[in-house]
Amino acid sequence: MAYKAMIGLEMHCEFSETNSKVFSSARNSYSVTPNENIVPYDMGFPGVLPVVNKKAVEYALMASLATNCKQPEYMYFERKNYYYPDMPKNYQITQETKPIPVGIYGYVDYECNGEEKRVRINNIHLEEDAASSDHLYDTTVIDYNRAGNPLLELVTEPDFRNGEEAESFLEHMRSVYQYLGVSECDTKKGHIRCDVNVSIIDESLDEEDPSNWGTKVEMKNVNSFGGVRECIKYEIKRQIKAKENGTYDTEVVQETRRWDEETGTTISMRSKVDAVDYKYFVEPNIPKYKITKEWLEQIRSSIPEFAYDRKKRYINEYGLSEYDATILVKEKKNSDFFEETVKLGTNPKEACNWINGMLLSYLNTNMITIDDIFMTPDMLRDLIKMIDEKTISSKQGKDVFTKCLEQKKEPEKIVKDEGMMQITDENKIEEIVNEVLSENSEQAKDYDPSNPKALDYFIGQIMKKTRGKANPSIASKIMKEKLDNMNK
Amino acid sequence: MKYMNKSLEELHEMLVNKEVTSKELIEESLKLSHEVQDKYNAFVTILDDAKETEITDNILSGIPCGIKDNYSTKGVLSTGSSNTLKDYIPFFDATAYSNLKNAGAIMVNKTVMDEFGMGGTGTTGHTGKVLNPWDKTRMCAGSSAGSACAVAAGVYPYATGSDTGDSIRKPAAYCGIVGYKPTYGMISRYGLFPFASSLDHLGVLTRNVKDAAIVVDEMKGIDKNDMTTWDSSNIHLKDSLTNNVKGKKLCYIKEICDINEYDNPSEELKMHFDNFFKAIDKCKELGMEVEEVSVDKTLLNALASVYVVISCAEATSNMSNLTGTIFGPRGEGKDWFMQVKDYRTKGFSPLIKRRFVIGSYVLQAKNQERYFRNAQRVRRLLVDAWKDLFKKYDAVILPVSSGPAKKFDEDKEILTKETIILEEHLQIGNFGGFPSITIPDGFINNLPVALNITGNCYDDENVLNIAYALENSMEYKNQIAKEVE
Repeated sequence: MAYKAMIGLEMHCEFSETNSKVFSSARNSYSVTPNENIVPYDMGFPGVLPVVNKKAVEYALMASLATNCKQPEYMYFERKNYYYPDMPKNYQITQETKPIPVGIYGYVDYECNGEEKRVRINNIHLEEDAASSDHLYDTTVIDYNRAGNPLLELVTEPDFRNGEEAESFLEHMRSVYQYLGVSECDTKKGHIRCDVNVSIIDESLDEEDPSNWGTKVEMKNVNSFGGVRECIKYEIKRQIKAKENGTYDTEVVQETRRWDEETGTTISMRSKVDAVDYKYFVEPNIPKYKITKEWLEQIRSSIPEFAYDRKKRYINEYGLSEYDATILVKEKKNSDFFEETVKLGTNPKEACNWINGMLLSYLNTNMITIDDIFMTPDMLRDLIKMIDEKTISSKQGKDVFTKCLEQKKEPEKIVKDEGMMQITDENKIEEIVNEVLSENSEQAKDYDPSNPKALDYFIGQIMKKTRGKANPSIASKIMKEKLDNMNK
Repeated sequence: MKYMNKSLEELHEMLVNKEVTSKELIEESLKLSHEVQDKYNAFVTILDDAKETEITDNILSGIPCGIKDNYSTKGVLSTGSSNTLKDYIPFFDATAYSNLKNAGAIMVNKTVMDEFGMGGTGTTGHTGKVLNPWDKTRMCAGSSAGSACAVAAGVYPYATGSDTGDSIRKPAAYCGIVGYKPTYGMISRYGLFPFASSLDHLGVLTRNVKDAAIVVDEMKGIDKNDMTTWDSSNIHLKDSLTNNVKGKKLCYIKEICDINEYDNPSEELKMHFDNFFKAIDKCKELGMEVEEVSVDKTLLNALASVYVVISCAEATSNMSNLTGTIFGPRGEGKDWFMQVKDYRTKGFSPLIKRRFVIGSYVLQAKNQERYFRNAQRVRRLLVDAWKDLFKKYDAVILPVSSGPAKKFDEDKEILTKETIILEEHLQIGNFGGFPSITIPDGFINNLPVALNITGNCYDDENVLNIAYALENSMEYKNQIAKEVE
């Protein structure tokens, strides 16, 4: 019998780009020094109260709009009550589906292996993050830096069929969050964390009918995209095997499992039967507040074009290759730099060649980002223009490029200061050609026009004299004419 | 007692005229604190090292006061009268206290309360029960028991309180003083140990209405740390006390005030209503219109249950931060959960534990609709009923409780079915966040009794002015407790 998998994701994204935490004034900043960014609220001292960070709500609404969700008329928060050492108040302020959270019932289009896919979004909600704990040999230490950081949870419908789709979707969403400027989405800093739900269904059955669904198994806290893909692969295999062995009912139970990266397997953590009753109720310390149409429109207009759409446009409008377009849109900053350069009148292909080539390799070598460099789109435009207009050679261009970055000097200034302007004046070049010929009369006599390399020697002499400034094509044109005339 | 029986304005004038110094006031207040502590057990902490402050234009400057022990006070023990926080010294001030401090107020003690405000007897604090200064065999009511006791005993002109059901207004009644809680959100709750966030109010206990206005003028204000606060800078409580109440309209509720509603009314209850209707006559003499109105008794009968369900639910969640991990004495046990269990089992009194069980029960997914959500719906109906009254009337005036302070040994009879609405109706002020003030309106067997005036949200000036005029027309202003024989 053939089976297909039904996979749903809960993707948590920590907003790294707000100044303060979601309900407290403590700094939202990744720090290796424990307990550096805390105020009394984050540790749940008696009498503390939450104060909503408007920026975090704005970011959450951005994400809600970007995933085609419906937004609520009023913003509410709810308390989720449970005891855990990383949760000082022992309740988490979050949002449930009733009243409506920041986003509900949307969809996202993404690409997987060149195919367009759509996943339905059940809801998207804003909540506070827990503290992080380190389990040492015989003790556990807690770091409250992360406690209270804004966390956005996106819950999909079980629309993925395999690990690759789930992975592609996560990559897509990471890019969306980065483009929105709400998070760095650095998995090493724990910005993205996923829970994965997997069940299988007999391929011949109607998947719209929930009574046909198999038992749902949840994998908590899978922290890398590769891990998500692999744990899905493993879990589908495990569940199908159990079906085939006739052990499905005993082996596949409603439970939470853990993905073990080292062994590449999933391990049972706890049964869902003794699930916690979270006793949700509306947070009384945060008055409901209206999300005005004006505010939503303002937010909508601040949403940039995403990588997925930019890439299509670069290929269709600018004629870039799929490969180049993919590289360009990977980081929004780089893509923005490219667009700015093009807007200033530079040919897109040339701009792309410089950015994807010299610029990215410089950034990678120095392990910096495009924000850290001296060069601006203006300067790249000027550089490309000087080459196009043959003011400098393309070889010189590369030199100027490196100098611009390293000496923090504008390309035009470098070219001027270093006397790099190409000699393009034909009379001037002719003078030099004459000089070279008179100094090398013997060689000129031996010139063999049928040997294409014979001319190179003379051009080399011109370049020596002009320290490379003579325009090579003009120089070779004049030199060739002269030599051809001499040997007629 | 030379000074501490005086009103705030009198003391301020004496300070400005240098007839007395702030230091002398503190000395007297501290001396009285120790006496009152010995007699009535009103304080968790007495601050013998309290320092005088500079005398400014602010009426509160240089004058001692008491702070309820559920106010977070930086560097000063703040226990909420609970063993769970018996050694807790906060490192931040409650906004309301910090406002008082900025006005030059001097805290000389922290007052005993029912544990975390969850009680109405003044008997459940971890330092023992508070005795009523009028009669030591009687309770002060709660939860602001120590504050009421100390103000009535003349330790200082005012002490702060908090009020989730009637925790300021009932102790004030039992101690013969004034208790006022303003509109929800007028005073910041930041730094107040929470009981039930949607019902919690801060306020003050004084011996006259003007003092209450003066103190709340300083405590109030929008606070960036409390999103439920609102800008009240255009409200000037003290300045609004004109004594002119001609044409104001009051109502009282038949189902509560008509003696025929009670099958076997006690003599005490009859006297209590007599006092109340004498006060109603005074209101009329002052030029106010007073009318009897009717409210659905089924609705009124539900109010006590609504209060229990909502307050216990919120309390269960609010107090889950008390684990003994970050603050409080850490419990023993093989893992964190066992340590928390140990700490909470040992730390909380049985009364509180019972309320936590109720709170958890009504919030459970399978019960929430039936209990918690229904309670919220009935809360809304009650609030709407009162708001309807406020469309026509400036305030609702009602007697507080069913008579004077209860004896400790009749504790269990407080919630008799007969008088339950009479005992619990002040909770409507919390359901709606209404401004509500209790003032003494007479005596029964030498023990004080009181009435309450409650108005619409944001109408504090009007409510206080009515109370002020009525207070001035009666002779129970500025009274100091005299122990009965």
